[in-house]
Amino acid sequence: MSKSHVTTTINGEAAEFLCETQQTMLDVLRDVVGLTGAKEGCASGDCGACSILVDGTLVCSCLMLGVEAEGKSITTIEGIAQGDQLHPIQQKFLEHAALQCGFCTPGLIVATKALLDENPNPTETEARYWLAGNLCRCTGYDKVIRAVMDAAAVMRGETV
Amino acid sequence: MNYINSDLKVVGTRPIRPDGVDKVTGRALFSADTRASGMLWGKILRSPHAHARILSIDTSKAEALKGVQAVITSADFPNIASEEAFVGEGPMNFRDLSLNIMARGKVLYEGHALAAVAATSPAIAEAALALIDVTYEVLPHVIDVDDAMKDGAPVLHDDMFTAGVNPKPTTPSNIAKVVTFKKGDIDAGFAEAEVIFEDSYTTKPVHQAYIEPHACLASYNPDGQVTIHASSQGHFMIRAYTAKLLGLDMANIRVNPAEIGGGFGGKTLIYLEPVAVALSRKSGKPVKMQMSREDVFRGSGPTSGASVTVKLGAKKDGTIVAAQQVLKFQAGAFAGSPIGPGCMCGFAMYDIPNVDVLGYDVVSNRPKVAAYRAPGAPISSFAVECAVDDLARKLGMDPLVLREKNAVVNGSKTHYGVSHTNIGYKQVLDATRAHPHWKAPLAEGHGRGLAVGFWFNIGGESSATVHINEDGTVMVATGSPDIGGSRASMGMMTAEVLGIPVSKVRTIVADTASIGFTFLTGGSRVTFATGMAVTQAAEKVVEQLKARAAQTWDIPVDAVEWQDGKAVPAGTNAGAFEPLDLAAIAAKQGRTGGPINAEVSVNAQGAGAGFGAHICDVAVDKETGKVEIVRYTAIQDVGKAIHPSYVEGQIQGGAVQGIGWALSEEYIYNDKGQMDNPGFLDYRCPVASDLPMIEAVLVEVPNPRHPFGARGVGEVPIIPPMAAISNAIKGATGLRMPDLPMSPPKVRAAIDAAG
Repeated sequence: MSKSHVTTTINGEAAEFLCETQQTMLDVLRDVVGLTGAKEGCASGDCGACSILVDGTLVCSCLMLGVEAEGKSITTIEGIAQGDQLHPIQQKFLEHAALQCGFCTPGLIVATKALLDENPNPTETEARYWLAGNLCRCTGYDKVIRAVMDAAAVMRGETV
Repeated sequence: MNYINSDLKVVGTRPIRPDGVDKVTGRALFSADTRASGMLWGKILRSPHAHARILSIDTSKAEALKGVQAVITSADFPNIASEEAFVGEGPMNFRDLSLNIMARGKVLYEGHALAAVAATSPAIAEAALALIDVTYEVLPHVIDVDDAMKDGAPVLHDDMFTAGVNPKPTTPSNIAKVVTFKKGDIDAGFAEAEVIFEDSYTTKPVHQAYIEPHACLASYNPDGQVTIHASSQGHFMIRAYTAKLLGLDMANIRVNPAEIGGGFGGKTLIYLEPVAVALSRKSGKPVKMQMSREDVFRGSGPTSGASVTVKLGAKKDGTIVAAQQVLKFQAGAFAGSPIGPGCMCGFAMYDIPNVDVLGYDVVSNRPKVAAYRAPGAPISSFAVECAVDDLARKLGMDPLVLREKNAVVNGSKTHYGVSHTNIGYKQVLDATRAHPHWKAPLAEGHGRGLAVGFWFNIGGESSATVHINEDGTVMVATGSPDIGGSRASMGMMTAEVLGIPVSKVRTIVADTASIGFTFLTGGSRVTFATGMAVTQAAEKVVEQLKARAAQTWDIPVDAVEWQDGKAVPAGTNAGAFEPLDLAAIAAKQGRTGGPINAEVSVNAQGAGAGFGAHICDVAVDKETGKVEIVRYTAIQDVGKAIHPSYVEGQIQGGAVQGIGWALSEEYIYNDKGQMDNPGFLDYRCPVASDLPMIEAVLVEVPNPRHPFGARGVGEVPIIPPMAAISNAIKGATGLRMPDLPMSPPKVRAAIDAAG
């Protein structure tokens, strides 16, 4: 079967790839493009480990086809840090020990970025509901939520 | 050396973990993140039937599909004899594991592997599976543990004769083993009792539900050397099983530990690695395999579901004088449920003169169970802690007072024969009584529950090396996979002993060819046992550093002390020398005797048991039956928290897994014996919006057997939640929920039934 040619933007850089029409964006990222930061935890959109941003919108990349990336701007966990500086969300995840095994962490950080881009001042409840699509089995979410709230405060310029 | 009362500079602080940046930037390489040149994709064909005889497997059409390079069945594996395996956590048998990864003759559960394919793409491998023709003779199946024990139940193994009964039965059954523990005279105990409480409880199998599915990359070279990249709780465990199941020499197998995306006990045994090696051997190419989430649910082990009865007898003053428990654990398709720890842990918090515990290990047509955090104890304690709560109500006593009155202390002898030593249970109960949560007024309609938990913790074999680099920075290598921050704690203990900042120490998890044997990460043993090895290795290095300074100064080595990362003369008599720091000694190590490093292997004993108490407030929606966790506090004796954030994290995560076990998680089977909910949508793990903050309270009663006083902490926190929540629901509604999960339909039905 012939492959489709896709022209897109990944983490700010122009990108092209060939993929099979039935290949998910997650499989394309991992197996074609070579970005393995997005993880497969379920391949059914239930765990959020494969979260990416598509034109700024939070998407489970396992529920999107690779061909749908055509003309879009894709952000993955590999594109969250700002040059050699960690993004405040990443820094706060580290400071709050908001990860244990770290497998769900890329998805949680991408989802948090989407939250704070849309709502810079979420309540704890809003953060909990926004992140309800990202399963974490290690932390019980306590330190994750603390990291998110603290990162939000830093991004609002209230704390460092 | 012992640092328990020392002035600690690094241990007990909260540095950023050394592997942290890799994990927040997506760079950390987990099991499925590596590739090999020319690799193939492997996939497994699984049984659609709960119990069936395999009459034939025809792989010819699959082999003919373009892109398929190997197809294997059990015929590609040696038919190995029954042999007990002390490789993983809990009882295991090499033959059972061999039959579990590739069925031979019969399939014993829906999802049982029976063939595998390697092809040039995942899609071709998937298509090839559909071309394998299997003819089955479907057999009657049994799912429930009580049904599996009945006369006339379908028997899974015609060579299973119950162990632990005398005389040994002459007919096979599904009861693999009977376990008994007795203390005192149970009949006399109940005769003496003034108040008796008795009830029955059930729990469902729940999955560890690590977010990373099992995966591996294996390469078999034509000369017989094998390389495996895989995440697990023990790469030496992978080596041992793979060698045995394929008849290979261990020296020919090198296992590289990938980052592990959660395990909780579920990655203390293996499913894919020998299959991938066999596919690689047959195809001549490296083979990558990765389970789907559905495969994980259907084909890998949850923990046991169970039926449990508890009978307690007490004096009117609350003294418990008799305790009896019967536990029936589902093992899945092969023997080996955690019935032993289940029988041990339920009453281990109580000083009771007369105890009788009877346990059954029962097979049925379900996936073989795997360890899950404190294997067996949560099930046992759910029953006991609910019963103790109801006994308190019957006695008109405060549930904390009843627990305090019957609490074990140092020297108390358990019903399984071990006496408690160096325990911090009283301190945990004191901290519970003192905690603001315990004293806080309850909101209208809310209920509060209390439950306690015990896990014995383990030590065992660990190896560690400490190397001093030429610039005075330090490398630490261990054989323990880092599942929740152990690189950080190992580096911290090393830095403390050497007297240097933790930023100067880097820790790695070394592969099976690069470090001495290390038992798996499980049983809450790593900080204790591997921490002991690391500490001793660092101390050996300190001795060498002192010797180099003594040589430089030309004074006896016992005239040198190591203080704050520097060699200094021991008092004025030793001579007047400027201190030599680690970097100065390291820079000259080549000229003072060669490289400075040490490797230490230990078989650590004296793990130090852990005790915890959880307080939970709930609100029950009487219309929907939904239980909301309003406030949650988990108090635990952790010995000494090396990195408190990751200790708190263990407690918070364990408590939330327990909340899932209590309220929403279960394997649901249809009448064909097939799992109906093999995905995260229908197998409902707790999500962020289900929960409040989980307050973790660290009580530190040092374990004198560990250099810094550490105890294992990972297991205890999953033990109390189910009973704490059931007790809270009873407080809120007056109704006892004895069956897990206490999901909305069940709670609603109980409310309706009570009128």
